[in-house]
Amino acid sequence: MKVLKGRALKAGDNVSTDHIIPGRYAHLRSNLPELVKYAMEDAIPDFASRVREGDFLVGGNNFGLGSSREHAPIVIKMSGISAILTKSVARIFYRNAINQGIPVLICNTDEINDNDELEVDLDKGTVTNLTRDNEISLQKVPPFMLAILEEGGLLPYIKKYKGFIVPAK
Amino acid sequence: MAKTLTEKILDSKAPGVQAGDIIAVDLDLIFCQDTTGPLVVRQFQESGFTEIAKPGNTVFFLDHAVPSPNKELSNDHILLHQFVQKAGCMIAREGDGVCHQLVAELFAKPGDIIIGSDSHTVTAGALGAFATGMGSTDVAIGMALGKTWFRVPESFLINMEGSFTKMVTGKDLILYLIGKIGADGATYKALEFSGEALGLMTMSQRLSISNMAVEAGAKVGLFPSDEVTRKFLEEQGRGSDYRPLFANPDANYERIYSINLGYVEPMVSFPHVVDNAFPVGEAKGIKIQQVFIGTCTNGRLEDIAIAASILKGKKSHPETRLLVCPASRKVLMDAIGLGYISTFIEAGAVVLPPGCAACLGLHQGVLGDGESCLSTANRNFKGRMGNAEAFIYLASPATAAASAIRGEITDPREMM
Repeated sequence: MKVLKGRALKAGDNVSTDHIIPGRYAHLRSNLPELVKYAMEDAIPDFASRVREGDFLVGGNNFGLGSSREHAPIVIKMSGISAILTKSVARIFYRNAINQGIPVLICNTDEINDNDELEVDLDKGTVTNLTRDNEISLQKVPPFMLAILEEGGLLPYIKKYKGFIVPAK
Repeated sequence: MAKTLTEKILDSKAPGVQAGDIIAVDLDLIFCQDTTGPLVVRQFQESGFTEIAKPGNTVFFLDHAVPSPNKELSNDHILLHQFVQKAGCMIAREGDGVCHQLVAELFAKPGDIIIGSDSHTVTAGALGAFATGMGSTDVAIGMALGKTWFRVPESFLINMEGSFTKMVTGKDLILYLIGKIGADGATYKALEFSGEALGLMTMSQRLSISNMAVEAGAKVGLFPSDEVTRKFLEEQGRGSDYRPLFANPDANYERIYSINLGYVEPMVSFPHVVDNAFPVGEAKGIKIQQVFIGTCTNGRLEDIAIAASILKGKKSHPETRLLVCPASRKVLMDAIGLGYISTFIEAGAVVLPPGCAACLGLHQGVLGDGESCLSTANRNFKGRMGNAEAFIYLASPATAAASAIRGEITDPREMM
């Protein structure tokens, strides 16, 4: 995988799927171009006006807790976010993000501030904070999930393999 | 090798499994609901598959937005009906009830593997089913293949001893536990509930507890299948679905928590995270403009009964809206038969049709700016009930009913 470069948009701990895309917009779930306008509204109110293609969304503990709505990673990806960096992530959100082909990278985000310029090297497993001139290491993505991510998500993975290629025991 | 309940269930489908393994397994039930279902349909259509693998084990539930509050969601319902008709699978309609309650009443069996595109799919763990929530793409592929993949989770044992004191229920226990271990305290893990108090724990309480396992981050919240399970299945006319299922006594648990139920008090979870949980005394006197009794967490007959017993002959406070929503058609019918619905209506309540109602902020009880709600649901996230300027407190039906009378958060033991 390649090197990603972009700016950090920082959110706090416990960003739930209700923060990412509230239930009150459920009527827009079949209209994604309209739904995406409300992405992150209850966590970063000016997210929609600030986000640029290639930015990183940076969370704290337990990012994406709550509902199973896959619209949460979908609107984050559609907003232009290239990867989510967070200290920890809730399991359904993690699986949904990988299924949508958006990397969720686990690392210590305490040293990343809003608007910092970051460079993420997925092969080396590092985040270089260009603004603060330091380097953070990333937790390895499990190989089974990396395979789904490398195909661009679960649908292309299933189209290619016609099933799940689980590691032999 | 001694197995946890999790390993035992998964081992019957993929022999030789241990925690940490990645496995692909056959599914016994695959379902979605009306706010995640339209994406399931679109992802299925996009996947290149034309037929679903197990139409007899696939269900679409219309429960989150019923009857539909707007044309967009009505159009989503049309999409789901069209898909169901073509696929030949099952659908539960407006007023049938919340998916997780119907899964417990009609479908889940001990030892089943169940996925649903709703995070509270974990509810069926109360019946000894390995049931977990996933997103729409996973569920669409589950429908296509009749299979999914899992990483076999490590388990935490919640060892329950003693018995509840008056007005304390399973809801208080799970709020207490989440308060103790944190909203991410069990992320990726299986919570397994057992111990000498197991036989005292009713199926209604087990369902409330399993329902909220996900609020600690857990993948499943499992109860063994015992005599309580057998009795519940017989009551549903599904006695033949029963089989006993227990972990081996010397199974390997990553952590063990022991809780004496006698020390658990009525609990209240403060805004805006579920692990912000304290004994009700800490919340005493907080003014509330709405009380909501219902949902997949606490909309069962036992919940309705305890609320009705507190509200009987009383009125809800004039400055507090009281909303009551039975979790299924069966619960509503039973509650009518037992006179509970009359009690609520005489107390000034609005009785809502079975469904998710006000829980997720779509309709039927959206909060105003600065308003506070005491809810028996499972989530109090900012914005959850339709307004990021509102405040949600979580508690049991007993605490909710007592609080509705006073218009402020009240210890239900004061109403005894």
